[in-house]
Amino acid sequence: MAEPRALDALVAVIGRDLRLVWRRRGDALQPALFALLVVSLFPLALGPQQTVLARIAPGTLWVALLLASLLSLDALFRADLEDGSLEQFMLAPQPLALLVFGKVLVHWLTSSLPLLLAAPLLAELLYLPRDLLAPLLWTLLLGTPLLSLIGAVVVALTVGMRRSGMLLALLALPLYVPVLILGAGTVMVAADGLPYGGSLLLLGAGLAMLLVLAPLAAASALRIALT
Amino acid sequence: MTVPLLAAEGLGFLRNDERIFGPLDLHVQRGEALLVEGGNGAGKTTLLRVLAGLLPATEGRILIRGQRADHDAIARNALLLGHLLGHKGELTALENLRFAMGLFGRRDGADPEAALADVGLAGHEEQPARMLSAGQRKRLALARLSLLPAPLWLLDEPFANLDLEGIALVNRLIDRHLAGDGAALITSHGAYATGAYRTRSLRLGTAVPDLAHG
Repeated sequence: MAEPRALDALVAVIGRDLRLVWRRRGDALQPALFALLVVSLFPLALGPQQTVLARIAPGTLWVALLLASLLSLDALFRADLEDGSLEQFMLAPQPLALLVFGKVLVHWLTSSLPLLLAAPLLAELLYLPRDLLAPLLWTLLLGTPLLSLIGAVVVALTVGMRRSGMLLALLALPLYVPVLILGAGTVMVAADGLPYGGSLLLLGAGLAMLLVLAPLAAASALRIALT
Repeated sequence: MTVPLLAAEGLGFLRNDERIFGPLDLHVQRGEALLVEGGNGAGKTTLLRVLAGLLPATEGRILIRGQRADHDAIARNALLLGHLLGHKGELTALENLRFAMGLFGRRDGADPEAALADVGLAGHEEQPARMLSAGQRKRLALARLSLLPAPLWLLDEPFANLDLEGIALVNRLIDRHLAGDGAALITSHGAYATGAYRTRSLRLGTAVPDLAHG
């Protein structure tokens, strides 16, 4: 009899969720399209002055990616709750936190990573100075997983409620604010020619901490929501 | 007497001070099935969810092989088939089974395609689960049970939604599971005949303690 191994289960969850995203790729693309729309509307609304756009570029990109991440968050556990998959997760001889981690990883891979790859192009659209591209990408790379992890805890807390969308936004946004300020602020610091390594390390420390704690917190929240 | 695979002592569950079931004693040996009967609202589903570890018992205790059961022991030994079957509608029948084996491990010689054929779903391997009928989805869930290694099956109304042939299929699968040293706890509101396997019954909602001890 083959004992189930935790790594097999993690791979199974990631494979399953990626496959599910691919099967409904039309829906899955929506957050990314939304972010593209937001970013491309700013130059149209503000006019094409290079100095203005270059100044707001880091903040705009950060807000667009944050909203895209939030938009797809509500669905993170909902479908699994409704069809009983979440129940199976809890019954499985695997740490629930690990399975939750797999789901959050897929959320980041599908909602933030595509935009991260498109970020150089979007930055060009907003006349972001070339030498700020590296700091921007670093903050996004460290910051967007943080958003997915924080969001997972909040969405796990609200998954038992119907129409939790508004509540989710209200609970998640205050927790997103520090990440946003640190992320966009780091690029601003870099724009002033100051060393920005310290802020990057702070983001990295937050990420390291939540990589461990957020799945555990989300797993406990899910257990509470289901009893 | 050998140590029962599953035993409960004084097990009860109260929701907001309202008694859902219990306190009751029960045990299930390897090679036998315990049929839990009771009308709607007698607490059959809640009993199964408590035994599966989804709900914490408010009184009494659960033993697995004589040891007080923690979450891990329950997860390794018991499988619950509830009202929500836990299939992903967008995944094919075969993908759903493969995923379950990744999560729960696999029984010796488990072959998902053979298991599908066994429950009468041959030819539906590549069909998304949402295209299957209610009865076929139930059959898919039964195929999943037969692939996973846990020795104790907790079956909540396994006969619902099934035609006569399906009921015979459930009984055949249970029979084979018990013959392979497994055990099963089956709830039913009493309208179906179980198979030829060794069955004891426990009636919920009425005080007939003798039956609980077989």
